[in-house]
Amino acid sequence: MSQTHSDFDTNLSSADEAVAAFEKDDRTALSVIRHAVRDYPTLVPALVLFVSVLAFGFIAPRFLSPGVLSLVVQQVTVIGIVAIAQTLIILTAGIDLSVGAILVVSTFVMGRLAVSAGVPLPLAIAAGMSIGTLMGAFNGFLVAKIKLPPFIVTLGTLSVFTALKLWYSGSESIRNSDIEANAPSLLFFGEAAARPFGATITYSGIALILLAIIFWYILQHTAWGRHVYAIGDDPEAAVLSGIKTDRTLISVYAVAGLICGFGAWVAIGRVGSISPISFEEINLATITAVVIGGTSLFGGRGSIPGSVLGALIVGVFTTGLSLAGVDDYWQMFAVGNLVLIAVALDQWLRRASQ
Amino acid sequence: MSDTTNHHQPVLRARGLMKRYGTVVAMNGADFDLYPNEILGVIGDNGAGKTTLIRAISGATVPDHGTIELDGKEVQFRTPDDARNEGIETVYQNLALSPALSIADNMFLGREVRKSGIMGSLFRKLDHKHMETFARDKLSELGLLTIQNINQAVETLSGGQRQGVAVARAAAFGSKVVIMDEPTAALGVKESRRVLDLIQDVKAKGMPIVLISHNMPHVFEVCDRIHIHRLGRRLCTVDPKTISMSDAVAMMTGAMEPPVDAISA
Repeated sequence: MSQTHSDFDTNLSSADEAVAAFEKDDRTALSVIRHAVRDYPTLVPALVLFVSVLAFGFIAPRFLSPGVLSLVVQQVTVIGIVAIAQTLIILTAGIDLSVGAILVVSTFVMGRLAVSAGVPLPLAIAAGMSIGTLMGAFNGFLVAKIKLPPFIVTLGTLSVFTALKLWYSGSESIRNSDIEANAPSLLFFGEAAARPFGATITYSGIALILLAIIFWYILQHTAWGRHVYAIGDDPEAAVLSGIKTDRTLISVYAVAGLICGFGAWVAIGRVGSISPISFEEINLATITAVVIGGTSLFGGRGSIPGSVLGALIVGVFTTGLSLAGVDDYWQMFAVGNLVLIAVALDQWLRRASQ
Repeated sequence: MSDTTNHHQPVLRARGLMKRYGTVVAMNGADFDLYPNEILGVIGDNGAGKTTLIRAISGATVPDHGTIELDGKEVQFRTPDDARNEGIETVYQNLALSPALSIADNMFLGREVRKSGIMGSLFRKLDHKHMETFARDKLSELGLLTIQNINQAVETLSGGQRQGVAVARAAAFGSKVVIMDEPTAALGVKESRRVLDLIQDVKAKGMPIVLISHNMPHVFEVCDRIHIHRLGRRLCTVDPKTISMSDAVAMMTGAMEPPVDAISA
């Protein structure tokens, strides 16, 4: 009797070993593509960018000139930088609707201090970036400690920060001539670093590339980066693995605020002036770039290079279509379709992994 | 009974553990002993308080009263991290793996290894090569090397393979005790067999194991002793070689009194 209990599966040794031997199941061409796309998430946005640049070059040959191509890059630098911040947050399965407000508040802190109050520029910039970090950390505190959904938190702080922006700015812009007279270095990122072959390479474009490399490195090669993915992927597994999820989440929102603060400096250079009503559509523009770049809104998968490519794709579509003489609303139509396709692709990949 | 193990000092010993959730008493003076080199099965009906007991010794729940001793030294666990730092690793029923991360990333999640020198100290760079080699070694020790790519995402693995990764992680980092909560509950017959072999492999490395399971054939096959939990405390421990499964089930449901000599064990 004491023997019978283990007899029930003795015949298994003669059974087909396919599963027990831990082999992979057979692969079809479609599953190979699925695996490739999942393992290299930037593959799709890179291909889309490449094909769309060629396609618009075919439709409107002027598009392929160095001047126009570099203009596309300039147009997306601020969106690209803020998209890096947005990527960090979306990787944790969050979302930040307040990035635009954080950015504009930071531009006013920098501008007011450097232009009106005569504070030395490095101090003014540090103050602006610190305020950005604080606002981000406030979002993070509400998400991690009070356990509120990120969408609601940042919807609320979007209004709060927007109100602070209007109050602090007195609803008045800081003019380009005032900045040039008092704190010209605030416009540094709008200047051209080089002009090869009729292209204009601004410091803002270089800043975007450098920032993307830095945060790609941090996500891939530091423990903090791995934890950002783990929290978005499965928060409970992250806790059980010993990750301090609250602290990590707050730091993610704070770092996103810091990036927006830096983006503020770049934005001042890019626009040339500081206005309380600028960058109001950047919240959705960055989410668009992140999603087109292949980062999943459900968290845990995606990449920084993807988001930069996503921002570039949006830039290529809008510039390309307008060069081709297509009306504004068709540009929106095209970008909207890109978002839908990107989200559908993400769902398909997720199902493939179950 | 089990007189070969009882002479040793227990690796893990708990006395009089109490835990109350409001008016519900989850643990009511529970005792627990785990001896070196054994697989201890923990069985009990739903609601008997097995999970609370296991959570207490793995640091996930802080008991209201009672003591826990590790190698004869009293310990107090406030978080799973505390227990892990003392060498107690737990394989949770949901595995606590991050599906989109790679096998190597998952093995080191929460205890990543940085490169030596300035790249590690200033730039916080992870030593991917070391972690991959270590993960590959640990998987091959347990005969799981047929997982081709250590960098493939855990979500691409089958249920049994995921369990294998979680067990390998626990075996690799646990220095004193490995706790497994329902490791075969979600698996098919063949994969269960593979995981039971894995448990034996981990034991062969000299690691005592606590196995919580509802699957009586599995418990009776691999365990050296069986701890029967009932109404928030240990009812008795029995030797699977001298008792039948139906008697064990009868004791755990209260249909039968435990044998007198088993109560003190």
